[in-house]
Amino acid sequence: MSDAAQTLSGRSTARWAPHRTAAVLRHLGLRGAAIVYLGAMVAVPVAAIVTNGFGDGLTSFRTALAIPYAWTAIRLTLITSAAATVINAVMGTLIAWILVRYRFPGRRVLSSVVDLPMAIPTLVTGLMILTLYGPNAPIGKFLDRFGIQVAFTWVGILLALCVVTLPLVVRQVQPVLLELDPAEEEAAATLGAGAWLSFRKVVLPAVRPAIVGGALLTFARCIGEFGSVVLVSGNIAGKTLTAPVFIYQLANQFRSAEAAAIATLMFTISFVLVLVTARVTRRVEV
Amino acid sequence: MSVSIKVEGLTKRFGSFEAVRDVGFTAAAGSITALLGPSGSGKSTVLRMIAGLEPPTAGRIWLGDIELTAKSVQERAVGFVFQHYALFRHMTVFENVEFGLKVRKEAKESREARVKELLELVQMSNFAERYPDQLSGGQRQRVALSRALAPRPQVLLLDEPFGALDAKVRQDLRRWLDELHRELGVTSLLVTHDQEEALELANQVVVMHEGRVEQAGSPADVYNDPATAFVAGFVGAANVLHGHVVDGHVHLGTFQVPGAGHLEEGAAAAAYVRPHDVRVSNEDTGVRGTIERKATLGWLARLSIRLPGGETLVAHVPHDELGDAKEGDEVWVDLRSPKAFGIEPGTTAPGAPADTKPANGNTMPVSDEGPVVRSGS
Amino acid sequence: MSATEAVTPSTGAAGGRSRLARGALAAAAIFYVALLLLLPLIGIVTKAFQPGVSIIGDTLSRPDVQHAFLLTGIITVITVVVTTFFGLVVAWVLVRQRFFGRSLMNAVVDLPFALSPVTVGLAAILLFGTGGWFTDFVTARGIQVLFALPSMVLVTIFICIPFTIREVVPVLEEFGLDEEDASRTLGASIWQTFRRVTLPNIRWALLYGVALSTARSIGEIGAVLIVSGTISGKTETATIYIFSGLEERLEAQAHVVALVLATVSIVLLIGIEWLHRRNELARSNT
Repeated sequence: MSDAAQTLSGRSTARWAPHRTAAVLRHLGLRGAAIVYLGAMVAVPVAAIVTNGFGDGLTSFRTALAIPYAWTAIRLTLITSAAATVINAVMGTLIAWILVRYRFPGRRVLSSVVDLPMAIPTLVTGLMILTLYGPNAPIGKFLDRFGIQVAFTWVGILLALCVVTLPLVVRQVQPVLLELDPAEEEAAATLGAGAWLSFRKVVLPAVRPAIVGGALLTFARCIGEFGSVVLVSGNIAGKTLTAPVFIYQLANQFRSAEAAAIATLMFTISFVLVLVTARVTRRVEV
Repeated sequence: MSVSIKVEGLTKRFGSFEAVRDVGFTAAAGSITALLGPSGSGKSTVLRMIAGLEPPTAGRIWLGDIELTAKSVQERAVGFVFQHYALFRHMTVFENVEFGLKVRKEAKESREARVKELLELVQMSNFAERYPDQLSGGQRQRVALSRALAPRPQVLLLDEPFGALDAKVRQDLRRWLDELHRELGVTSLLVTHDQEEALELANQVVVMHEGRVEQAGSPADVYNDPATAFVAGFVGAANVLHGHVVDGHVHLGTFQVPGAGHLEEGAAAAAYVRPHDVRVSNEDTGVRGTIERKATLGWLARLSIRLPGGETLVAHVPHDELGDAKEGDEVWVDLRSPKAFGIEPGTTAPGAPADTKPANGNTMPVSDEGPVVRSGS
Repeated sequence: MSATEAVTPSTGAAGGRSRLARGALAAAAIFYVALLLLLPLIGIVTKAFQPGVSIIGDTLSRPDVQHAFLLTGIITVITVVVTTFFGLVVAWVLVRQRFFGRSLMNAVVDLPFALSPVTVGLAAILLFGTGGWFTDFVTARGIQVLFALPSMVLVTIFICIPFTIREVVPVLEEFGLDEEDASRTLGASIWQTFRRVTLPNIRWALLYGVALSTARSIGEIGAVLIVSGTISGKTETATIYIFSGLEERLEAQAHVVALVLATVSIVLLIGIEWLHRRNELARSNT
């Protein structure tokens, strides 16, 4: 600012004026606090995992996979997570659709029930599933007659994952559906498109990014899920042992390096998926 | 091959609110009919019922000889143009226009040919690969129109198609729609609140108010022979004078106007006079008044003339007739072709400005201007 | 368009066939939700009361159970306070400041969502366990981190970091800047502006984040299980009590505690739903 302006404003705007310095310090102080907080609480722990996991470079992965039962655990985790993701991507979209587009008594209740997994401890969820689908439980015994076992099988794992991640896709898709312009679907109808065609051509392109985003969140959550799976699966090594439970067991046995190797592998998969999905979503959003 | 549209006894109720009451009219094949009315008059609802987007509470709808009432939207095969275009934002212009043809499973070559033909018609051929968010409002509406026309519908329904556009663009598109209609001859039903648009474009104007049809007729009929006070006040500018009926005239205190022969003696009434029917001269005929304000509107002069009773009349006078008359001058005013309508005592007639005092026997409130065209549907 | 109610497009779906289709869709969605959530919820209530109503009183009067609830409470309170306070700071810095590394900070905030809780527990071991990065530093000062409260608090904080931030950031982004500027031109200090202008704007988002963090803290199992050492009466949270209770055949007690947690969660859920709605309303009204 010019000297004239300075005099006119009656206030000094020289660079090192006290109130200005205070502002800058406060500015930096806040940012510094944020950096220290996130650095200490997030970056450092993650760094610890990654450095231990990547300790020997990529050979750590091979070492990790060589651990007995590691590969079956990882494979089981990935397959059940992928299946749960697909199921909930479809059902989540369907649920979001009827919550937004339909009017029926109990709609609010349904909406709240869908959010239940956000509030209930995953351990309690696992327990709930066991009390209903366990070997001595009502539905469990019923299904047993058809030779379907839920508890202590991959079915139970899949069920637990579906329950725990149910709200994720719904909550991503719902706001997008709310924002849709109904006139576009009306236009499609006047041009002769039936409900399904109109959904495919007009609604789906608009919600696809939300579904993909929700699916990604779901998958990341699934491959890390512990509380519900540890109860329902029975943790039978080589059959129903998932990666997170395996990591827990290794950590409990103080085999931290091996645990870190597997943990890093899972983390890397999440990370890569985020990058890939981000690129795909960007293209779709044209 | 265009057909007529016929609507009979159309009624729509939302809960206890009656948006449309017993509406009936016929639009001749190949004509443009305008549904004209202020916001809330129910005109859009009527259009949507014809399209099948709203189920009517009562009434019947025909397209030519075929009754539509029970058919779904998809089956009706009407072309619909929305106020905010409703273009498919994830599709290109080409794909938008092609949509209706794809739904009907037309062969690829004939689809392409038809789309190209239409895009040329609306002068959007160069924009075929663009997306809606890359187009201006006027361009989007042209695409919307060609999309609606692509499947060769028998009728075209337009819901305030130019409402969201700038005034200049609106005028251009209005002229352009007129030409398009002459060329294609598709029976069209146009909903609008813009009376100028209705009068300019339509073969038939259906004036609606509070869910009912006030009058249906040619633009000339509706303008020159309004059937109700509402139509007189809504279509075209009007001076509204309140008074009561004495011996076949509307008595306005210091003067009277004829044309109230059909009204009851002593009833409260309003007389409507168009600004161009207010004759201003120096000769000693009619009522004496003073020019309060003179505004130049291009080739017209708009005069506000104060009458001895306190009323103000608005007159539109061509400049060459005006001579050197100026503000403050005394002139003589003759009112031609007044239309008189009975009104509820103690109320203000439709079309009078909000601060007009209601009619009773003695006070002499008078409007200053014609009605303000209300915006929005 | 309102944020809570969408206009349903009229596509003439008055026909009988489409009503059937709609009914089928709604039925499928509701059936899915009922199967996954409602039934298990009912299951756990019945299971808990199976041994009789007195079991509730007996369990809740046990000292180890009471300690477990107390520990959960302490961890939750500390976590919520820390993540809310620093979460506000981070949200502010992310939205109101421009600096090099801002997108990196944004990504770091999301990291906790990408990690499995067991991985977080593992990180704590790598940092504070034998041969850990900070082990010498801490033992020299006589502080016990692992197998004690501090590590349990730290891992829970890590996991809850994103909640407040993710809820407050969009609200801060959407509005307030003009109001804050206006406030400052009228002479209010930074702190006054924050208290009187910003805080009321973000009130509901903040509370919503608090509710989510609370639910998550109460429900945390994977990470705290690893770092706690499961010392009954000292480092057992409510969820750990359930876990070890099931392993040690204290099933009835475990179910009671699970029921208590489920009840608390449902109460929290009602709060979450209500706050979520208030938040959406506030955002759409401006």
